[in-house]
Amino acid sequence: MGASAAVSVRHLTRVEGHGNIVVDVRDGVLTRCDLEIVEAPRFFEVLLKGRPAEEAARIACRICGICSVGHATASIHAVEAALGIMPGPKLRLLRRLNMAGEWLQSHVLHLGFLVAPDAFGAGSVVPLAASHPDLVKGALRLKRLANNICMAVSGRHVMPISYHPGWMGHWPEPAELEALRFSLAEAAPDLDALVDVFSQITWPSLARPAEHVAVLEAGAYPMMGGALHSTAGRMTPPAAYASVLQEYVVDHSAAKHVRGPGGDGSGKGGGTIRVGALARISLASDRLHPRAAVALQRLRLAPDSANPFDNIAAQVVESVQAHAEAVSAVEALLADPVSEGPAEATRAGGEGIGIVEVPRGTLVHHYEIAADGRIARANCLIPTAQNLASIEADMRAFVPGLLDRPKDEITHALEMLVRAYDPCISCAVH
Amino acid sequence: MTRPRVAFFSFGSCEGCQLQVLSVEDSLLELFGAIEVVNFREAMDDRRDDYEIACVEGSVIRPEDVTEIRQIRTRARILVALGACACLGGVNAIRNRRALADVAGEVYGGRQDGVFEALAASPISSVVQVDYEIRGCPIDRAEFLDAVRSLLAGTVPYTPAYAVCVQCTLRGTPCLLERGVPCIGAVARAGCEAICPAYGAPCEACRGFHDAPNFTALGEAFARAGMPREQAAAKLQLFNDYREVRAAWERALPSPSDT
Repeated sequence: MGASAAVSVRHLTRVEGHGNIVVDVRDGVLTRCDLEIVEAPRFFEVLLKGRPAEEAARIACRICGICSVGHATASIHAVEAALGIMPGPKLRLLRRLNMAGEWLQSHVLHLGFLVAPDAFGAGSVVPLAASHPDLVKGALRLKRLANNICMAVSGRHVMPISYHPGWMGHWPEPAELEALRFSLAEAAPDLDALVDVFSQITWPSLARPAEHVAVLEAGAYPMMGGALHSTAGRMTPPAAYASVLQEYVVDHSAAKHVRGPGGDGSGKGGGTIRVGALARISLASDRLHPRAAVALQRLRLAPDSANPFDNIAAQVVESVQAHAEAVSAVEALLADPVSEGPAEATRAGGEGIGIVEVPRGTLVHHYEIAADGRIARANCLIPTAQNLASIEADMRAFVPGLLDRPKDEITHALEMLVRAYDPCISCAVH
Repeated sequence: MTRPRVAFFSFGSCEGCQLQVLSVEDSLLELFGAIEVVNFREAMDDRRDDYEIACVEGSVIRPEDVTEIRQIRTRARILVALGACACLGGVNAIRNRRALADVAGEVYGGRQDGVFEALAASPISSVVQVDYEIRGCPIDRAEFLDAVRSLLAGTVPYTPAYAVCVQCTLRGTPCLLERGVPCIGAVARAGCEAICPAYGAPCEACRGFHDAPNFTALGEAFARAGMPREQAAAKLQLFNDYREVRAAWERALPSPSDT
């Protein structure tokens, strides 16, 4: 006779969207280990159908409040690929600046508001603000900076406004860029303190190898596109994304699961993939900005880590990376603040794929645009959906080592594991 | 003074309006000092049911959403709807024109049982009485704080009754419609400082309509700018297609050609 345990968490807190943890161990045998995704489907692929391609980015960004700039970017890339539009280098840089703002906003929200309470025994940021005011106030200042970056580029962070195929509806004024340069410089001590706080936290240790995937562009830290690379040594062109990220429907999740090409193909154990901050560092730690590389050292984060909890430290490193990216983008735009003219469409319709790295991992938007300029077919593949099979495989690997603990501790450990992935559940279901 | 107990809930949505609440960076600690947040799944572990004010984001989509919003209504003295999904149905309602089996078939290959089950996407007011609405996709941070101040003072939160065009004019943004861009700010409720036209995108009426919208005149303005009147209807569909909301504009304009 082995141990028995039953864990049931309805609507896991401090994550975006609605998910339940259901674990059942009977006489030492794990009979159930699910992350149920019970979020309402909104059917965005259907909402996009029939709409003019010009509207796509503004509709797609409504998939997710936290990663709306990421959705706008993947969407506009898909439309531009379909219509044969080649955006110029300054336009691409401006959009990269906005993505850096969103990475910083999303990572700091997760680190300071959603996971830090676990490290300091608080239930939320409210008691944490009393016990660790410097941490919370610093996180709020970094979040405000991130919001201000996005406001300068696209009017606001949640639901960015200015994305059009081939152009941006707003070009930041030199005064806006000067203000950003000043507040970016001012934020350096807060970032340093963030690294310091998180380098002193020890998270549980769980080594479960999975294939880490990210899109890598030439000569830059992964963010704005490129081929799909994986730690299994695979390199896949964007057009073949569906062979690396294979979607399938499971009974207990309104979000589809995704399996990689490796393993036994069942999605259980073998073939699981991870995307997100840790996956990007696994594949591109040599491309980190020198300041982010120092943060990696200070956090003692091994780039080849197979511990999903290390995604938290990876997000700290990427917060520094996003800040450094924003600094250099602002400098480059200030050096040459004249807006770039629009890039024109070279065909009326066609098929286009946009793949970018958003805070939680690889995001795909794939559209077919008809000759009348309307979207005929859309497919969106969300990072959290790609991680779901891995989260469950991690839970299965984690539970046996927890069974000698009280039920409350088992529950909290599993909650922390799921949170480490920073799941965005509304987005995963869309 | 006792702090009012406030709860935040979300239904079918992106949770972006709750993120806007967390993004009032300069005032967040002050806000959490002025109200006692007793339930906010996205940000905290506590979930008490003794709230006086419930702020609800999202559309009613799943059968259990109906049960849950009714329960929230019985517990809350004041129910505030946050954002376009909760106030209007928002973009979620666009798919209501199509049969659900068809929509679910396209996305899930026909699965409609268990976690896949969905109803017509509907605003909160289609199920229970809503006391106040904070409009927009997303809600505006300053407007949310103003509404909190009003509720704390025991007064009614202010919502502008006039068109987005008024705020565009005050802001000095050149008229997009006159340049042939399909903008429906003339019928749309203001309060957003006309931010979309200022950042190069047409107004799509994410806050619904002002108190006296003239849809026939909007169609004529589109025609004068060289755009078919159907295009005005197609724009109105984006955030205002829930059946009771679209009744306002449907008779005045030809059906959008894509349905």
